[in-house]
Amino acid sequence: MEKMDKPLTKNIRPDRPFATLADYESTGGYQGLRKAIAELQPKDVQQWVKDADLRGRGGAGFGTGLKWSLVPMDNISQTRYLVANADEMEPGTFKDRMLLEQDPHQLIEGMIIAAYAIQAHMAYIFLRGEYHLAKLRLENALLEARSKGYLGEHVLNSDFNLDIVLHTSAGRYICGEETALLNALEGKRATPRAKPPFPLVSGLWGKPTVVNNVETLCNVPHILHYGVEWYQGLARGVDKGTKLFGASGRVKNPGLWELPMGTPIREIIEQHAGGMRDGYKLRGFLPGGASTDFLLPEHLDVVMDYEAVAKAGSRMGTGTLIVLDDKTCPVQMVLNLEQFFAQESCGWCTPCRDGLPWTVTLMKDIIAGKGRMEDLDTLAGLTRMLGPGNTFCALAPGAMEPLQSALKYFRADFERYITANNTIKEPV
Amino acid sequence: MKEQTEKQVFKGLSPAEIREINAEMRHYEDKTAVSIEALKIVQKHRRWVSDECLVAVAELMDISPAQLEGVATFYNLIYRQPVGKTVIHYCNSVTCWMLGSDQIRERLCRHLNVEPGEMSADGEYTILPIVCLGACDHAPVVMVGDELKLDITEDAVNKIFGR
Repeated sequence: MEKMDKPLTKNIRPDRPFATLADYESTGGYQGLRKAIAELQPKDVQQWVKDADLRGRGGAGFGTGLKWSLVPMDNISQTRYLVANADEMEPGTFKDRMLLEQDPHQLIEGMIIAAYAIQAHMAYIFLRGEYHLAKLRLENALLEARSKGYLGEHVLNSDFNLDIVLHTSAGRYICGEETALLNALEGKRATPRAKPPFPLVSGLWGKPTVVNNVETLCNVPHILHYGVEWYQGLARGVDKGTKLFGASGRVKNPGLWELPMGTPIREIIEQHAGGMRDGYKLRGFLPGGASTDFLLPEHLDVVMDYEAVAKAGSRMGTGTLIVLDDKTCPVQMVLNLEQFFAQESCGWCTPCRDGLPWTVTLMKDIIAGKGRMEDLDTLAGLTRMLGPGNTFCALAPGAMEPLQSALKYFRADFERYITANNTIKEPV
Repeated sequence: MKEQTEKQVFKGLSPAEIREINAEMRHYEDKTAVSIEALKIVQKHRRWVSDECLVAVAELMDISPAQLEGVATFYNLIYRQPVGKTVIHYCNSVTCWMLGSDQIRERLCRHLNVEPGEMSADGEYTILPIVCLGACDHAPVVMVGDELKLDITEDAVNKIFGR
């Protein structure tokens, strides 16, 4: 079988812009769907994905099969929805764009199987408005899938019907939060909803709704086609399967690679990304996007598994590393991150709406040489007040992760601004 | 002045706009859901959403103009002020910032003699910041209209304007 160690990217090749339907079918495409429809009951599909131990690739790592199994299935005539979260907007994250642009049928097949598993007859792709090329490729792929009978009435001549609608967003980071996404799909301001009830029970227009990340859904066809045992064998660590890992910043070869779960961070930075550019040293990194805690060179041997990265004090998040070099000021880098979060706060709850701009103001003052040592205590206090449990959703706690770890690891950089009024030159 | 002119000639949404908005409605349980698409459709035809257009769309949706305004102002890609023929979004998120997005912004703005958010005097361009465009392995990046431009250098900025 073809390139079995890289199921997600086996169709992505430098010699062509993207995989057409024929390209996709030639490497086993839509075989997973055929198996699901012909041989398996929806509950069986849920069980396969549960047994494979696929965990959500959007950042939180919730069990995908478990999520599906929590959807009420007793009333078969009830409307249920599936939503693919293609609102990739976490700074430093560029993995779903590649999957969407270069192998659109993989997502579509994953969605059809997922919709079959929860018996949803309508599914939405919630796509970032900025992903224009992905929009064109998906529109075309949806038409192809319909004309080949993979989508629409009687999928593959079964009694299962499914339509997929492509919705392009108008841009706001909070739309990636699943309940905010549902409000956006309903044409409202994308503020998060109170949980419970969870979307699995009461989501889009009050109907049971599953929201899965693009990369998560792209794993599903392969689990069905090649089996649970094969899938589990892909990984090197505790978590299963492969994952798209990436690195950006001043590394020699920034990029994206499909690697086994459990790959050491050192391998990603030193081998795949080629190490640091000449003249730069590694100072630290955010392992999985803007809303993860900094780790240091001493953590390079940590492996990319959900628990392993958590044990080191951060989160695997989206798996795309943002690399901090020794000539970039960590305080200014964190200011950039906090400005992003302050701007993108939806304004719904007070700690986030007021706390994030306050964080930005304090940091700007510190950098401008107007800071006091007490400001560092105030910032540390904010990381607690905006932390888990005090806000309506995960945006502000996520914003506090790089700040709290920067205060821990790069405290001297903060203090230098305050004591010596030492404004480090902006990076060039 | 331009807004004034528009106000005088506004005769409601065009048949094409109404047709496109109505076509979106069948995709959703509830027609309010089309709000964002509707605003984007208006914008595709007129570049931006004027007060008159906003009220007309709200009527079509059966929602109050205030509710639709809440939606319109929430999203980064809905423009409630006139913009140029081409909107240039420069990414200012973390990796692009590290690799020089401030310099790219300055270069863009200096070239057009505008500040971010302003339209160039000839009405051709508007420069706006945007959050991470998901191409961090090619930072810094800008989006010119719908097109992503990778690995932007100061020279590449000149090319955007055809020089």
